[in-house]
Parts: sequence; structure tokens; C-alpha cells
Amino acid sequence: MNNPPETSLQSEKALKRLRRRRAADTRFRMYGLAALGFALFSLVFLISAIAWKASGAVTYHVVKTDIVLTPERIAPDGNASPEEITRNIEGFYTLVRDDLFARFPNAGDSLPVRQDFSALVDRLAVLPLARRVARHPSLIGQSVTVQVPVSDDVDLFLKRSSPRSIPFRIGAGAQISPGQGGGMVLTQPDLDSVRATLTALGEHDGVPSVFVTSQGAVARLSDLGDEAASFELLAGDVADFGGTPLKGLIVTVPESRRTISDLQIAWALALRSEGVIRRVPHTSLLTRTDSTYPELAGSLAAIVGSLLTMLVTGMVAIPMGIFAAIFLEEFAPKNRLTQLIEVNINNLAAVPSIVFGLLGATLLLGTFGLPRSAPLVGGLVLALLILPVVIIAARAALRAVPPSIRSGALAVGASRMQAVFHHVLPLAFPGMLTGAILGMARALGETAPLLLIGMVAFVAEVPSSTTDEATALPVLIYSWASNAERAWEPMTAAVIVILLALLVIMNVIVVMLRRKFERRW
Amino acid sequence: MDTTAQTDHDPALTGEGADKAQALVYPRIDCKDVSVFYSGKQAVFDVSLPVYDRSVTALIGPSGCGKSTFLRCLNRMNDTIDGAKVTGEIFMDGENINSPEVDPVLLRSRVGMVFQKPNPFPKSIYDNIAYGPRIHGLVEDRQELDAIVEKSLRRAGLWQEVKDRLAQPGTSLSGGQQQRLCIARAIAVRPEVILMDEPCSSLDPIATARIEELIDELRKRYCIVIVTHSMQQAARVSQRTAFFHLGHLVEMGDTDQIFTSPRERRTEDYITGRFG
Amino acid sequence: MADHIVSAFTDELDKIAADLMRMGGIVETMILDSCQAVDRNDHDLAKDVISRDPSVDRLEEEVERQIVSLIARRQPMAHDLRSVFAALKTAGELERIGDLSKNIGKRALMLDDAVSANMRHGVARMARPVSLQLHAVLDAYATSNADTAKTVWESDDDIDQHYNSLFREMITYMIEDPRTIGAGAHMLFMAKNLERIGDHCTNIAEFIYFQITGEYLMPHERPKAPNTGV
Repeated sequence: MNNPPETSLQSEKALKRLRRRRAADTRFRMYGLAALGFALFSLVFLISAIAWKASGAVTYHVVKTDIVLTPERIAPDGNASPEEITRNIEGFYTLVRDDLFARFPNAGDSLPVRQDFSALVDRLAVLPLARRVARHPSLIGQSVTVQVPVSDDVDLFLKRSSPRSIPFRIGAGAQISPGQGGGMVLTQPDLDSVRATLTALGEHDGVPSVFVTSQGAVARLSDLGDEAASFELLAGDVADFGGTPLKGLIVTVPESRRTISDLQIAWALALRSEGVIRRVPHTSLLTRTDSTYPELAGSLAAIVGSLLTMLVTGMVAIPMGIFAAIFLEEFAPKNRLTQLIEVNINNLAAVPSIVFGLLGATLLLGTFGLPRSAPLVGGLVLALLILPVVIIAARAALRAVPPSIRSGALAVGASRMQAVFHHVLPLAFPGMLTGAILGMARALGETAPLLLIGMVAFVAEVPSSTTDEATALPVLIYSWASNAERAWEPMTAAVIVILLALLVIMNVIVVMLRRKFERRW
Repeated sequence: MDTTAQTDHDPALTGEGADKAQALVYPRIDCKDVSVFYSGKQAVFDVSLPVYDRSVTALIGPSGCGKSTFLRCLNRMNDTIDGAKVTGEIFMDGENINSPEVDPVLLRSRVGMVFQKPNPFPKSIYDNIAYGPRIHGLVEDRQELDAIVEKSLRRAGLWQEVKDRLAQPGTSLSGGQQQRLCIARAIAVRPEVILMDEPCSSLDPIATARIEELIDELRKRYCIVIVTHSMQQAARVSQRTAFFHLGHLVEMGDTDQIFTSPRERRTEDYITGRFG
Repeated sequence: MADHIVSAFTDELDKIAADLMRMGGIVETMILDSCQAVDRNDHDLAKDVISRDPSVDRLEEEVERQIVSLIARRQPMAHDLRSVFAALKTAGELERIGDLSKNIGKRALMLDDAVSANMRHGVARMARPVSLQLHAVLDAYATSNADTAKTVWESDDDIDQHYNSLFREMITYMIEDPRTIGAGAHMLFMAKNLERIGDHCTNIAEFIYFQITGEYLMPHERPKAPNTGV
């Protein structure tokens, strides 16, 4: 017989089976890759979305100007005590505002205009200046450079994020002539793009505002004809428009539907082109404490609160968890009781974190009367929360140490204790530490239990001890995210980035510790 | 079996022929009715077995026959297992080491053990050996410790190979060297008895031969009990052989008698490869 | 005895035993046939006996080769070790018996027709118990019967007595008729050969006894016939 037998590697059946098996293999690999790809995509999407949002909070706009600290304004009653100075925020504010307002002599002096102008900078923004002067009373009467954040509305507008604004160019051939009522007329402007944009936007509760700026002067489009466009001057002088190229800006939202008025926009643009309003790194996010004004708010208190909480958590959970694990794994007899404990530890790891918050609220606050909102309580609750995780990880690390090491130590006459502490523990330590730090990372991101023990309080002071009122980063994220103003969005994202950075640092520490101490046997 | 027939160049041992002959008559370890229970299940049944000094006693038998379990009675390693209970008496120099008054940790410094898989501590070669003497306070200063380390390594036949790299981790050695390091580690605490639980089962034949040669050398000073799966090995290294089956000691006798004309049918079947 | 877990081991041991039995069978007929050739003055039979010896030698070689290979590869222990050892020794003994029988055959060729039937009968008479002895010992081997082996070992005495009486008979013939001295000398050597064969059988019995029981039969404990001074 020349035909190969049915079981031959070349037979039709065998080849068919082979194809089927290969197809199954490929399919399985594809499923795996797809799952991995989806996870990776989600992660990248999440991270980049947050990073994109947070990028808006990397810089912000401040007013930087020189003012003379006239004693009449700062200490009107002649009382220059630090407390009085600090309390006299209004005085400082007036100094700053008037300094800015003096730059717009044509603005008029009516009350609505003044009120409008005051909204460029929030009153509380001068508080750091007041504190600085209170610390150094010798500054009174001197000329100082002050840097004050502009209000969030102005900041957002200048960042072009809200309300949305579209820049446009005006051809060099445009000619400027003074118009009626202090305004001006542009002839032969090339405004087709503006016309198209306006048509596209349509009219919703009003017309979008169109501005042209040049140096410190800002004008608003009042009438758009075929040949000429007439503008009314909002800030600066008509003379400022001469010569320099004009820049145009369409603010897409009609004035009636936004929180920033056309006048404010004009002032802000004028101040920016003069260099009074400038964009600077948003360091105050890390150096200031919480505030009701987004431009004044910072996360320092929350960072310190989180670190203090972690300190308590770590000091409680890590030694407790590790010793519990050592006892359970190495010394405790294996009987019903220890089995019960084991099962309960595993179950405890699955208990929702809010339950731990309830426990903390009733037991620690209620029964033991510990202070509310304190990192001490938060730390203890989080310690309880991550204790099972730490124990489980530590036990796994201990179990990973081969029993032969223990036997070897026992066989040369080491006691059980010596065997564990001289041989097993050094080997298990990197693993234990990894578990502990991962547990800490989980605690760092925990919100729910902290809400229940009152760490959601508004904290304007940096906590200096574990019993001070404090809040934590995830709680700050939670409370900022629930604020209404648009300006909080990038701020929240920025704090999320800070939190993620802390988590990444912890994980890097884990990896480094593993690299350094991991020993093979 | 006459151990004095061995040529012995060690000066410490010359003129001890009479003692040796006597040591053969009186067992170093004498087990009476030793039974072992694991969580109530009996693993070893009433084993009575003398172990003679300065000779090698091999325990053979199929897997799960209780030979390793019995071996672990001799240094109370079964104490470290939860639910293990050892009954019966094990006399060592007239003292029942199975009594609760005897501290197992102290006992283990007198009865060393070498395991199936080489298990050096993940420390330097030096520290591997020095660990035992340190925890037992056998040394006063560094010089003494150095001396013990060198002596132990020499006795384990490893000195020439590792003397220039004592600071390297013990795990960097080859399998056979690791096992000799473990033997040196056991020797370092000056035991009287050395227990070996399948010491060559993870080694290649050359490394095995080295260990066997070492065992033959060591038996001039120590009482050695070895558990082995390899009957050939038992035949090669031991003077006396005990055959275990299903937790019972079936037969015990001189090695050449066991391997040429065993008395028990089960022994015969096992060593001729007829089991089951 | 139960089979080995490795069945090839049992097969190899069986093969050795079978070869040994074949050897024994050949040797047994060689004893009887060589003596019959003497008895009947049958030169053809004598030549035939001589021609069988090389096959015995070849079988011995074959058995030895198998045993060496088996020791190297299987490391026999206990009963296996003893049986291999006994087989090796037995093969040697059988080869010697073959040689001695061949020698009887060769001497048969040298006897001329003048040798009396009486003289010839003497050797043939002695051949019977010797071949029975060999038969019994091979039986003991085949059936692993230590008692039979021991019986053979003890009954070597009968052979010795046969030898003694044959020796005296031949001496008598030679004294009566000096012309028979040549043939008588041959007869005496044949008788001696048969006696040696008996001794070899005894040795085989010892090996078989050791193989089966693991104990040695001590030669000095054996009942011994009075020394003939030869």
C-alpha cells in the first residue's frame, strides 16, 4: 500500500485538525489582545483626558502691578497692628483696584462701571498681600510690586476656554477714521470671515460680540455694513489704533448669557496687552489652601492632610499587619479558630470602605471621643481598611519563602523565632513592603470613610498635627468636583493629577524596593 | 560490618579502635516503639531501631513508607508540623529525647540534618556556616569562627573550591556544592548525629558520588542516618539498612545481608524491583 | 516469585535460566553418550559427543555475556543477584562437565576392540548415577528446590564409592592381565573424569542452594567417603 495511513501527519484529517487547532489558538490570542488593547485604550484615554483638563490649571492669569501702600488706606485709623492690617482687606483691595482703574480714564466713574470693574479681581485675592504687610509693617508707605490672581471668569476668558472666543485677522488695507460718539469706523475691512462666523452662530438671546484690539485699546463692533464697520470704543484711545495691525476676536456667547461683560473683556484684553495681566505658572495650587474662589484655591492643606493621614495609617497598619501575618503564618497553630480568623480577614478585605467609615464615626468619634475631621481618626479608619490587605500580602510574601529555608534554620538549631526573624523575614520583607505600600496607595485614594468622619470640612489652614482639622486629596477632589463654576474643572483635574503622581511615586518606590532587596533562592 | 577495617589517617582518631568496636555494640540512638501520627492518622507504627555510632544507617522503602517521617523524629523536626504526634521512646546516650523535657532546639544542635533539596540560606558562604555556631554561642571571637568555618568546609570537602569566595552567596554554588555546603553547615554546630533526607536526589551522578564519598569520610566521626530512594546508594554508603513499608519497619540488618539475602519477602520484593 | 516491575528484567533472567538448562541437557546426554560409546565401542557416537562440546562452550559464553550485561544494566539485588551469580558459576561448571565428557569420548576412540566388555561395563555403570546426579541438580535448578539440591550435594558420597570400587576393579584387571594396562589406564582416567563430574554437580548444588536460600552449604559439613589415597 502506497497510501499513507489515516493517522499520518500529512493526511487530510490531520491537516484539518491542525488548521482547526491553529485557528483556535489564534482566536484565543486575539481575544487576549483585544481585552488588553481595550484596557490600554481606556487607560490612555482616561489619563490623557485628565491631563488635558488639568493642563488648563498649569498656568493662570495674575495682575502684576506696582502700588504704593499709602498708610491712609491700609491703616485708616492709624492703627498699624498686624491684626488690623490683616483685617483691612478692603483697603488693600481698593489700592489695587484703583491702580488698575486709573489706567482707563475714559471709562467714566458711574457705580455700575465701578462694580463691573471690581469683579476683575476678587476681594480675598489681596489677602496674601495683607498678610505680607502685616508681617513686615515697614512696607507701609513703600512702593511694592503686587501679584494678584484675576477672577476665575477673566482667567477662563483669557485662556479662551469659556466663553469660547474665535480670533480673526483684519486685512492691512483697512483704514481707520473716528466715528460718532468717540467711536471709530473701519473702511475697506476684509470682514467676510467674521460675517460667515456670525451667520453660522446665529442669534440666541442676542448677538455675539466682536472686538478689535490694538495695543491697550479695545473696540466693539456696533454696526457691520457692506463697506464699513463702525465700532464703539470700550477701552483706551482711538489714537492707539493707528499704525499697528489690528487683532480681532469674536466672543461666541452673547453678553446676556455669560458671566463676563463686554466691558470686562475689553479691560482684561487691554490690561493683558499692556502686560499688567500676565500668565504665570499656577504654583498657588500647591502652596495655598482651599478657598471658595477657584483662582485663590490650592491643595496644600489637602496634601498635608493626606500625608498626615497616611503617616497614621502607615504607622498603625504596617506593623500591625506584618506582625499579625507573621503570627498567623509562622506561629499560630492551624485550628478552627485560626481558620475562622483567616476567613474573616479575607472577608474583611472585601467589606465596602464606607462601612469602615461608619465604624470610625461611631467607635472612634462616638465612643472614644476623638476629634472630628482629624487625620488621626482618618488614619486609624484607613488603617483598619487596609489592614486585611496588608495582612494578606504579608502572608503571601511569607508563604513565598520556601519552607526549606525554615527547615534549614531549624535543623542547625535555630528556634522558631530565630528562624523567622533571621531567615524568613529578610526574604519576605520586600514582598511585605510591596503589599504595605500598595495598601497605603489604596488608602490614599479612599474617599468614603473620610466623608463619614468629617474630613470633608472646608479647611483653610494647613494642619500641623494629626489632631488638627484636615481634609485629604480625594475628598478635595470630591468637593471641588461638586462646585458649580467652570473654573473648578481644570483645578479638580490638576488635583487628580497630583494624587495620581503621589500614587505613581509610591508604586515606583515599590518597584525600587523590590529591585534592591529581592533575593533569589 | 567492621568499620575499623577502614584506613584512617586522621590523627584525632588513631587509637580509638577499641572505642569504635564498642560503639558498634551499643547503639548511639535506640528507638523503642516509635509511632508517629499526623492529625490522628498513624504514619509510623511501633518502630524499634538501633542506630550505631560511626556508621551509616540507611532507611529505604517506597514513597510514603514513613522513613522520612521516622528520620524527622530523631531531631524532633516533627514538632514543627502542626498536628504531628510522636509516641515511644528514643534514647540518645541514655536520655529519652522524645520526652517533653528535652528542648528540641538544643537537641537539633546535637543532631544535624541535611535535606533533599540543597537549601543554603540566601547569604554568603561564610555566613551559611557561621550562622549555627553564632546562635549557639560556640565562638568567642572572629578567629574562632573563621577556624570553625574552615574546618567545617574542609570536612565537607568544599574548602578548596570555595576558600577564595567565602563572601559570595551560597546560592551561587552548583547543586552538589550547595549540598556539601549544607553538610558543612550541619557539621559546624558540632553535632554527634547527622540525618540526611535523600541528600542526593536532586544531584547529578558525579555530585552524588562526591557526596557519597563525603558520607563515607564523615562516618569516621559521626553517626549518620540517611534516607534514600536509591537502593544502590543505600548499598553503596551504608553499613546497616532498614527497610520500611507502610509505616512499619519490615527488616533491619547489615547492608550486605539485606541486599544479598534479605529475610523478609517484602524486602526481597522491594529491592529486586518486584513491588506492587 | 512475582515478576519484576520491569518485565524485561524477568525475561532476561528467564533467558539465562533457559540457556543454562539447554546447556545442562546437552551436557547430560554427553555424559551418557560418551560412556555408551565406551561400553559399545561405538566410535561414531564418541566422535558425535566430541563434536557437541563447542556448542556447550558457545552457550557458556552466551550465558556469561548475558549475565555481564544484566549486571551492568539492571544491578540485580538479593535473589536476583544470587541467581545471576549461581548461573554464572553453574555455567562454568557445566562447561567443565562438557570438557570432561569430551575427554571420555576422546579416550573411547583410543580403546581397541581387544578391550573386554567387562572392563567397558564398569565405566558405563558409573555413568548412570553421575548423569542422574546432574539430572537431579538441574531439576533442583529448574524447580528452585533447595531440598533436592541439598540431597544431590549429600549424595556425592555414592559417586565416590562407585569410583573407589571401579578403581579397585580396574587395578584387578590390570594385575590379572598386563596387556590390559593401556586400556585400564584410560578406564581409570575416565572413572576419574566421572568422579570429577560428580564433584562439579556438587558445586552446582551448592550454588543452587545459595541461590534459593541465600545460605552457603559448608563443604566440611558434607559426608565424605574414606580417602582412597588416589
